[in-house]
This record gives sequence, structure tokens and C-alpha cells, in this order.
Amino acid sequence: MNNLKQNITSIARKTAIALLVVTSVSGSALAAGGSIEGAPEPAHIDWSWAGVFGTFDRAQLQRGYQVYKEVCANCHAMDLVKFRNLSEPGGPEFSEAAVKALAAEYEIEDGPDAEGEMFMRPREPKDAMPAPFANNNAAKSSNGGALPPDLSLIAKARGHFSFKDMFMGRDGLTGGSNYLYNLLLGYEDEVPEYILAHDEHTNEMGKEADPNFTEEHFELGDSNFNNFFEGYKIAMAQPLDDDYVEYTDGTVATLEQQAEDVASFLIWAAEPKMEIRKSIGIKVLLYLIILAGLMYAVKRRIWENVRH
Amino acid sequence: MADSVKLEEPNTGVEQGRRDFLYIATGAFGALGVGVGVWPLIDQMNPDASVKALASIEVDISTVGEGESLTVNWRGKPVFIRHRTAAEIQASVDTPLSELKDPQTDAERAEKPEWLIMVGVCTHLGCIPLGEAGEYNGWFCPCHNSAYDTAGRIRKGPAPLNMEIPEYEFLSDTKIKIG
Amino acid sequence: MSGHSTYVPKSNAGKWLEERLPIISLMHSAAVSMPNPRNLNYWWVFGGIAMFMLIVQIVTGIILAMHYTPHASMAFNSVEHIMRDVNWGWMLRYTHSNGASMFFIAVYIHILRGMYYGSYKAPREVLWLLGMLIYLLMMATGFMGYVLPWGQMSFWGATVITNFFEVVPFIGDDIRTLLWGGFAVDSPTLNRFFSLHYLLPFVILGVVVLHIWALHVPGSNNPLGIEPKTKQDTMSFHPYFTMKDLYAIVLFAILLFYFVFFNPNFMGHPDNYIPANSLVTPAHIVPEWYYLPFYAIVRAIPDKALGVAGMFGAILIMFVVPWLDTSKVRSAKFRPAYRIFFWIFVVNGLLLGYLGQVNTTDDFLGIHGITNLLISRVGTIYYFGFFVVILPVLGLIEKTKPLPNSISEAVLGVEGAAEEAAEMAVATKAKA
Repeated sequence: MNNLKQNITSIARKTAIALLVVTSVSGSALAAGGSIEGAPEPAHIDWSWAGVFGTFDRAQLQRGYQVYKEVCANCHAMDLVKFRNLSEPGGPEFSEAAVKALAAEYEIEDGPDAEGEMFMRPREPKDAMPAPFANNNAAKSSNGGALPPDLSLIAKARGHFSFKDMFMGRDGLTGGSNYLYNLLLGYEDEVPEYILAHDEHTNEMGKEADPNFTEEHFELGDSNFNNFFEGYKIAMAQPLDDDYVEYTDGTVATLEQQAEDVASFLIWAAEPKMEIRKSIGIKVLLYLIILAGLMYAVKRRIWENVRH
Repeated sequence: MADSVKLEEPNTGVEQGRRDFLYIATGAFGALGVGVGVWPLIDQMNPDASVKALASIEVDISTVGEGESLTVNWRGKPVFIRHRTAAEIQASVDTPLSELKDPQTDAERAEKPEWLIMVGVCTHLGCIPLGEAGEYNGWFCPCHNSAYDTAGRIRKGPAPLNMEIPEYEFLSDTKIKIG
Repeated sequence: MSGHSTYVPKSNAGKWLEERLPIISLMHSAAVSMPNPRNLNYWWVFGGIAMFMLIVQIVTGIILAMHYTPHASMAFNSVEHIMRDVNWGWMLRYTHSNGASMFFIAVYIHILRGMYYGSYKAPREVLWLLGMLIYLLMMATGFMGYVLPWGQMSFWGATVITNFFEVVPFIGDDIRTLLWGGFAVDSPTLNRFFSLHYLLPFVILGVVVLHIWALHVPGSNNPLGIEPKTKQDTMSFHPYFTMKDLYAIVLFAILLFYFVFFNPNFMGHPDNYIPANSLVTPAHIVPEWYYLPFYAIVRAIPDKALGVAGMFGAILIMFVVPWLDTSKVRSAKFRPAYRIFFWIFVVNGLLLGYLGQVNTTDDFLGIHGITNLLISRVGTIYYFGFFVVILPVLGLIEKTKPLPNSISEAVLGVEGAAEEAAEMAVATKAKA
């Protein structure tokens, strides 16, 4: 009888552990997203800054800034990033003189002056990146009703965390950069086969239609097709292609190169303190691990004559 | 008397020494961490990056005629920019240093004699003195009656020092950079 | 907290203070001379860890408040100002946001330890009630803190939770308007949440003092669930338990700072990096992870009023656990059946946590035909069933294992205990 009870207890315990594992693993599997059969797999880039010791590639961030400046900034604001940030440690690290010159390319309204008039002056390092539109309503009406989001935090706002990355010792931010990279590469001129096949499949199954699909067919309307955008229909037209920018450092501007550069730049824009965070983090953890070892020794010494 | 187990410990000298060393080392290592860890909690109160970025300003002085003044806001404090008259400059230059509480020549006070640029804060307790006032026709602080001369030097009253001259440079004849 | 102190002031100043305010002997009895069962295991360190986390939260919180602006148009940017411009601001903010999660982890383990070893049973009911009050205050504080960054999840979380109050009969609508200070969540709401978020941690601290007081009267429970009988069963709190707790706190700090420095956004939601927008609701509104089981319960119940009642009931029912459990035996070590139901309760809690953040209409783990909603309902039934059926009934019918005579006998064996008792007697005599 007692044996039976012990068995039940041990079985219950094992079941509990198994359920726990299933719960956490399945949670991460679902978070990765159930994609349609035949859909292209999103790429996972080996980001230079992703590891525990990872730092940004300065040249890459400078190229990324160039892509942002020449392409993205035409529609997207980046209010939280100031020009001075571009010369701060842990970022693109332009020289202060270069940042002054970059800032002075744009004007900003200032004032009022002694006569009470507002006036325009060149931007200074303390000023924010220029916004292409005066306000959200202006941005919407110029973009067919869709608001181009501010890019300051976009890498974190789209950065779904993956357990796989954590187990590989990678930064949680890679979710955001991988998303941006894939989005920039994910455009198709026409609705691809796998979508049409899925369309027919859902109709055959008589299931409740996927809300992104119409009764008859997947219809794009005024939108553009993107393999990696939720619902596949994105208002933004394909923003980048091969040689859209001419890199000042001579790097060949393939689409992949530009996407990687600008995604890294946007990670830095969203998390400008990443490098110092990690470098201090290593010291803090090393310190705590040594302290834990010492505390363990102290605790053992104190308890060594006590049987407990 | 504690109601708890307290056993006699084997108390050999070597054992005791090693034990003390461990306790002291751990205590010191822990104290070090606490000490270093407290610094960010204090340093966060220092001026942040956005405050530091605003630390210098450029001012157009072309509109300030002789005998006129301009007050601008720099780091949250007023900066007096005074276009001094010849008489004011002369009065300042003629003052013997021996009469001054905080001796400074007029040349030390103003890079270009006609332009006096200084932080308009009384060195006594931080009030803002009134311009073209007081016994020396310079500045007069109404809080505790400190009188400054036409070079902003303290002449009378409880203030200990001349009004502060900020770092500045002439970018051109009509433009100065403060800070 | 009195009764155990062996503190005798040595200096004249110490004597002077002791006669007027015996605060040093009070602290001495609480943290130095208090006798603690010798057999406490590592599950007993989480009270100290929770205390440590409360202090971390208060210190970092006071600092963040120096730089934060509680206004709808400035809150989001002021948080980013902390992250980007304030010296060490990123570190302090990440410590505070991850610290909240760590505080809850420590407290959940602390509560479950209490449930496993029956720490709520007589004479420790008041200790348990005060602990539950701390937990309830933590929930309120954590919720209001999550609103402060004023991102999309902040705003919509606040909207959803405040809308719960609408179900109060007759005056629900008025309560909601009162909470909002307007006709929707807006700047007045944010400002009062900030005020209360600053206040409540100090209330928590006060209740923690009462909680420790209530601990010191009956003393700690222990893994065997039997009261210490002789002085052989206990050890002084210092240095034995102070050093053990400190060691555990350092280990826990490693976990906290791993997240702060290497995955600071793991426990947050990406949508909270989008500024609050009252015209666009995020696709999936999920609360912070520590509320997810309760969120699953509210979603499992089809009626709005009943759902909200169920959610609050799920928290409030924890208060009456000491009176629901009829078993005379405290520790699950001697309650084989309870142990099984307890572990199912734990897994069920995790499962509800998982269900709180997935789409209710989707299939559960991809199993065709079994929706998440169905499993949520089963989980909700078990949750309440555990308290109102299993706890009272099991205590009456369960065949428990025999309890040991004393803690020292269980630890040392009968002979070992006798031997040690003899040693102690010799030692005492020698001293005398």
C-alpha cells in the first residue's frame, strides 16, 4: 500500500516536471509563429553585436546611418535620436566635427527672437534627427492614410524574443533586427504560389476563413506583398534594392548589405547603451559569481559543525 | 541565553586563522561591491547628457548699442552682456587695485573693453543684481546691498567675489559663443 | 519580537538608548538571537530574497522618480530620456523593470513554500494573512508601475483592468470614472497611478515589518512541520541563517543582473516600446507575466461580471486557506496525497499562466479540437477546486505518515540527538 502511494507520488512528480517542460517549450514554439506551408523561412543573421561580448561594427553603423538618411528618413521620423548621439561611444562614433556638419545639413525652427518671430537655424548636435512631416496627420495624408512609424524604437517594438537566441547566448534584440532584415528582403512583385495554394486549401477545408484572405482570393488592393509582414499586406512599398545608396566607404551596396547595415543601425538607435550595458554586465556577473563562491565558503564554515 | 544549539568548535590556531581570513576577505570583497554599486545611485543626479549638450550658446550682439545691455539665459542663469560706454571703461580702468576686495584689472574682466560678459548672479547668495545702479554705477544687489562697479567687481556689501566671467569667445565681431 | 533578545548594551550610550527606546534589542532579537529551526532547507531563503528585492525596488524607484514625468504627453519620452541621457539611467530602469519580475518570482516561491509545508496553519494564520496582504499590495503596485512608461501595453492594460470595475452593481460606472479622472484612461489617471505607485511600496514595507513581527511570535515553521521542543532543535538566526540568506541573495542577484545586463527586455512586451495611442488597440493585450494565471481565469469565465468576480475571488480565496485546510499535519512531507494535489496545483498555475497569453480560440498546443478556452476552464475549475474541495476534504480522509518526535531526532537520529544533548549539557556546565 505504502509502495503504491510512493509510486503515485513519483509518477505525479514526473508528470509535473514533464508538463512544465512542455508548457515552456510549446510557448516558445508558438511564439515563433505558425507559418503557412510553403512559405519562405526567415533568415537568421549572425549579427556582430549579438553575443555576450558583441560590439557594433562602427563602419556598419555609419553605413546604416547613410541608408537611414538617404532612404528611410524620407518618410520616417526618429525623434528620440539626437545628432550628438552619432558621436557618442558605443555608436557609429562619427567625429564631433563630422556630426556638426551632418546636423547643419538640416534646419530647425527656433525662437521666438527679440521681435517675437520664429526663425530657422541650422541644426546642432543637440537637436533631434529631422522629421519628414510636420505631424502625424500630415504624415498620414502623404502616405495614403498609413502612418510611417517613428524609427527610434522600432527595433525593440518589433523585437519578439526568441528562446533559441537566449540559449545560444545571443542578445534578445536579435528578434528585432532579424525581423527588419527579413522585412526589407521579403517583398514580392506578385502574390506568391504558396498564398494562392493556402487560399484554395482553406476554402476546401471549409474552415473559418483566415481574416487576411477574402472569400475568393487573397487580394492585395493598394498594399504591397511582403512574406514576413503580419497579414502579408504592407502599405510601405519596397524601400530598398541593390545599389539604392552609394556607400562612401566603397562597400558594394547589395540589398542584403543595405538591409543588414540599416537593421544594425536601428538596433543601435533603439538601444544606444548596448555596448556599455554588456561590458559592465560581464564585470558585475564575474564579481557576483566570485562573491557567491566566497559566501558559499563562509556559509559552509559556519555550518560545518552543525548536522542539519 | 540563546535557546539554540551552540557547540564547542574545534579551536586550533591554524583553523581559526584560516577562518578569520575567509571572513575578512569576504566582508571586504562584499563591501567593495556595495561601494562601487552605490556610485551609479549618486552619479545619476549629476547633469545628464541632454543638459551637457545645451551647455554652450551662441549670441548675436549686433543689436546691442553702446550703453545698452542684453541678458541671455545660459545654463539656467542670466548672463549680462554689456556694451560699455567709454566713461564706464575709464572709471573701471582708473580704479586702483588696492581699493578692490577681489583684485582684478579691467583687462582681466573684459577681453574686448567695450564688451563686458559675465554671469549676472550676486556672489553673496545668488540673487540677480540690478543694472546701472548702486554707488559705483555698476550693479546693485537688492537682497543684501552688495554694490558692483562697471566691471562687475565687488566694491561694497557682503558679497565676497567679483561676478563670474564665463568662458566665451568672439566668433565674429557680432557673434559670441558662451560656454 | 520580544522575548528572545540576549542583547546587553555595553556602552553608556547604548544603555542610555536602551532605557528610552529599546530599538537595538528589538532588532537584535529579530535578526540575531531569534531561534530558528535547524532543519530549514533552501526553500526558506525566499523571504529574505523578497525583502532584498523590495529594497532594490524602492531604491531604484525613488531614483527613477527623480527623472520621470507623469504626464500623458511626456511620460513615454521621459522614460526614454532616462534610458538615453541620464547617467546610468538605462541600468537603473532595467533593474527596476526586471526587479519587479524577480520580486514576484521570489514571492511566488515563498507563497508556494508556505503552502507545501503548511506554514499557514495555527498558530501562523496572521502571518499568512499579512503575507497575502503584501501580495495583494504588490499586485496593485506592479500594475500601476507598468502603466507609467505609457506605451501601448501600459495604456491598454490600464484600460482593460479599470474596465473590470464596471461590473460592480449600480456604481460600477461611477467607480470607473473616478479611477480615470475623466472619460477614458488619460493624464489624470497616469498622474494618480504614479502617486500611488510611489506610496504603496512604503505601505508594503510597513506590512513587511508586521509580517516579520508575526513570524517572531510563533517562530518559523520548518520542513517537518513540527514545533521545536528543545533548544537542540533550533539555531540562532545570526550567523547561521544570516549567512545562508546572504549567500542565497547573492545567487539570486546573479539571476536578476543576468536579465538586467544581457536580456533586459525578456520579461517586457515589445508593444510597450510604441507610445500609447488611444485610437489603436494592440492585436493581443497581455498583462505582465505575474498576472497571467488570473487573466486566464477571467477569460475562462463567459460572463463579464462573473469573470471579474472569479479573478478577484482567485486572489481573495488565498486569504482563507488557513481555515479551508482541515489537516492536522502541516508538512506535505507527511501528506502523500496532498503532495500530489499540490504539485498539480503548481503545474496548473503555470498552465494557466501560459493560457493567459495565448488566443483562447486556438487549439491547445496544436491538438485539434481542444481549444485553449476549454483547457482554461478545466484549469480554473481545478484552481478553485483545490481550495474549496481538496483542502477541506483531504484533511479529513487522508492517511498521513507518522511524525517524528522532534526536529533533532529527525536530523540526527534518536541516538545522535541524545549524544548531542549530552555534549551540550557538558558544554553548558563547563561554561558555568
